[in-house]
Amino acid sequence: MNVDVTHYLVLGAVLFVIGGYGVIARKNIIIVLLSLELMLNAVNLTFVTFSRMHGDMIGHVFMIMALTVAAAEVAVGLALIVAIYAHRETVDIDVLKMLKG
Amino acid sequence: METVLFYIFAALAVIGAMAVVSNTNPVTGVVSLVLTLFSTAVLFVLLIAHFIAVIQVLIYAGAILVLFLFTVMFLNLRPEGLVFDVGRFYEKLGVLIILMVVTGAFSMELFSNSIGSANGGTQLPEEFGTVEGVSRLLFTQYLLPFELTSILIIVAILGVVAIAKRRV
Repeated sequence: MNVDVTHYLVLGAVLFVIGGYGVIARKNIIIVLLSLELMLNAVNLTFVTFSRMHGDMIGHVFMIMALTVAAAEVAVGLALIVAIYAHRETVDIDVLKMLKG
Repeated sequence: METVLFYIFAALAVIGAMAVVSNTNPVTGVVSLVLTLFSTAVLFVLLIAHFIAVIQVLIYAGAILVLFLFTVMFLNLRPEGLVFDVGRFYEKLGVLIILMVVTGAFSMELFSNSIGSANGGTQLPEEFGTVEGVSRLLFTQYLLPFELTSILIIVAILGVVAIAKRRV
């Protein structure tokens, strides 16, 4: 039984768009970061799908790199959240739109 | 069999993703994201990317989300402090409709001209998706990007230490 490659791509698109909704519509900065992870994960799924389709492992290599970048981004983002929370006592991004600390 | 597994875990992934973006409590969001990532790992196994599936579970679900949970616990947010995120119905509905139209158009485009089967067609190499195959590419052809990633991680570590230290 074969699953068409289109199904994987559409699933990737759906997950990406759900994540995009979270990034645009939510106001909790932690949820925004989580949704960003969701979007990155959807892109990784697309990488691996195309890799399978072409019988080439380059997609796997780039998925590992995207994972590393995601890990670094999360570490820095969470450190910033902790630092901001110590100053402002809030995680609402509507409150956090100042440019000075 | 493979089709059934695909649909089960695709549905689980979408449910988890929806739970992430619709929950007020960040802890529930993190746990829902774990569900999505595990389902995606199963899909990676279906796509014969076994090493990638293991990496997904170990690093994403194991390390990154634990970091998230740790931060949420550390911030000690109370539920009554999170009410700013409910309401504003029309704004959210507008965003949702725009995004659904975009995905619908994309999916129609994909379904109308099918690209090909994920499983038939191309002949896979012997070591496709194994640790050996992926690492051979990673340490020969893509050695420079790999080393640059390690520099990125060092920069990230230094940045995090600098941000966290200033506070104390």
